[in-house]
Amino acid sequence: MSILVDRNTKVLVQGLTGKTGTFHTEQALAYFGTQMVGGIHPKKGGETWSSGVDGTELPVFASVAEGRERTGANASVIYVPPAGAAAAIIEAIDAGIELIVAITEGVPVMDMIKVKARLEKSSSRLIGPNCPGVLTPEQCKIGIMPGNIFSKGSVGIVSRSGTLTYEAVFQTTNEKLGQTTAVGIGGDPVKGTEFIDMLEMFLADEETKSIIMIGEIGGSAEEEAAQFLIDEARKGRKKPMAGFIAGLTAPAGRTMGHAGAVISGGKGGAEDKIAAMEAAGIKVSKSPARIGATLVEVLKG
Amino acid sequence: MNIHEYQAKQLLKGYGAPVAQGVAIQSADEAEAAARSLPGPLYVVKSQIHAGGRGKGKFKELGPDAKGGVRLAKSVDEAVAHAREMLGNTLVTAQTGDAGKQVNRLYIEDGADIDRELYLSLLVDRTTGRVAFVASTEGGMDIEAVAEHTPEKIFTLPIDPDTGVTDADADKLARSLVLEGKAADQAKGVFKLLYTAFVEKDMSLLEINPFIVMENGDVRVLDAKVSFDGNALFRHEDVVALRDLSEEDAKEIEASKWDLAYVALDGNIGCMVNGAGLAMATMDIIKLYGAEPANFLDVGGGASKEKVTAAFKIITADPAVKGILVNIFGGIMRCDVIAEGVIAAVKDVGLNVPLVVRLEGTRVAEGKKIIDESGLNVISADDLDDAAQKIVAAVNSK
Repeated sequence: MSILVDRNTKVLVQGLTGKTGTFHTEQALAYFGTQMVGGIHPKKGGETWSSGVDGTELPVFASVAEGRERTGANASVIYVPPAGAAAAIIEAIDAGIELIVAITEGVPVMDMIKVKARLEKSSSRLIGPNCPGVLTPEQCKIGIMPGNIFSKGSVGIVSRSGTLTYEAVFQTTNEKLGQTTAVGIGGDPVKGTEFIDMLEMFLADEETKSIIMIGEIGGSAEEEAAQFLIDEARKGRKKPMAGFIAGLTAPAGRTMGHAGAVISGGKGGAEDKIAAMEAAGIKVSKSPARIGATLVEVLKG
Repeated sequence: MNIHEYQAKQLLKGYGAPVAQGVAIQSADEAEAAARSLPGPLYVVKSQIHAGGRGKGKFKELGPDAKGGVRLAKSVDEAVAHAREMLGNTLVTAQTGDAGKQVNRLYIEDGADIDRELYLSLLVDRTTGRVAFVASTEGGMDIEAVAEHTPEKIFTLPIDPDTGVTDADADKLARSLVLEGKAADQAKGVFKLLYTAFVEKDMSLLEINPFIVMENGDVRVLDAKVSFDGNALFRHEDVVALRDLSEEDAKEIEASKWDLAYVALDGNIGCMVNGAGLAMATMDIIKLYGAEPANFLDVGGGASKEKVTAAFKIITADPAVKGILVNIFGGIMRCDVIAEGVIAAVKDVGLNVPLVVRLEGTRVAEGKKIIDESGLNVISADDLDDAAQKIVAAVNSK
């Protein structure tokens, strides 16, 4: 098992015809034949996209609704530039796409507030924006994660940071644990999915034997996730967990690259998050180089 | 992006907010005319810097007994005297750091007879994914302290983006601030216009501390702090025009030209990393091994050789930097591109401090080969732990 995506996931690409969309679609097709089924471009409907790597051809549709109807797609990935990203997400919601993964970095927060209101009235799930995507080893790669560092295994990984997701994946691969699914939920302050929903899925997934959660400064999502884990543990649902929080040395009031990574009004500091996670039974690594090793320690008891 | 108080007030005035009459000046010679243009008899002379705590701040050059960065004046002459003393001097507040900030602008404002000082702000509430009001009867104080010691005095109200501020919302806010009669009626209008301004201008923070009720029962925006969502500036030329580069770090301005996320810090180990999370984690691990990072720098996912070179130059331009750590986990970012950029930069600007490079991910073998064959004195590291230990050791041994 895995969460969110598997070999049956059929993916449309919003922004396929651009440079980024093209590159990552080629990579996804090359990754165990991820089912990329078509692209969307309002002015290029009816055209055909072809991979520069092996000549694989994909149909381009004028709208997500048409793409979904013609291909049976249940997922969509968004590489549309920031100014149009919110409209692209809303189009996917309106077309009834189940899983929408928005890679785009730099979407205005006010746009995401509108998206979030729409999302709450729909049955779609949005991952991101400003995220690396979702990958289930040897089955499906949506987004920009490097496939070569993954291995099939038992660890579920959820993270606010792209490159720290790679660190956790790489380290768990080196520790011979492997992954069930890795999810980058993104570095923006307002996003489609927070930690809790992913933790719920990993707790429910039988193949996921342990979980790595990587957070960073800003907001209170880690604290809320910790409380969720405490509540679930009381109900008897619990899995071994390791974690990491980035930004212990970040100064207050400065935005650290990710729009959501900012300590403001005395809230969102790393110490509080680490304390909350430890209180929920997560072993938090002090070193980002020892996330995998920390999980191994937890598993050995 | 932050703006000055006087700019924030002008902007809010455009939406109909009640603000005092005021004039911004850059030289003391303008002070008299500015003050004379106001009704009087009370004036307020306010330092315009991008930092809070101005009232309690102290001017470095004037000694501990001198008045702070926000001063009352009971005559035009007194206002002018304050302006002469304040302009050009360095104000140190709780938020500026020890170095302080030079006061290049003053805002001379009509004074107000204050009955009550309240707190009002709008921000993006991450938990609900909505714009929220934060209101408190404890205005004019440090709101963080209020939140910590008397959280029951803080009222938070998220606003439904589909409806905006409803009459019911405005009633709740007015009640939370214990407003009645004329003040309540005026405040309800203010709540709505502040929300409109926040949404239309893509603000990330709008803080009015204090929001006052005057002795005549009118309400007024007495101070205003506004920050904008940097990701939305592309659709607000008018806001971009308010940017005051003199308030920003020169290295950060240069970095922003290259679309590099850079934050200057106080340590001595320069960092160049891809990805914001990894860049923060790299700072943390440097600290873990007993040293301090000189900066946060995320070169981003698809950096070119030129961008990497620019990043390297910005790091080496900081005289405090005694060593450099390059940490790349290439997903989209190719290690060979990073390696070429680093080599080009070193050849261009020279290398007078130890440089440790850790490469992992896409095209790592090619990247390492480029570094090894460059003939430059670069220390190669196997993983992040190894890299951090090597750069800290190299800097400490000097």
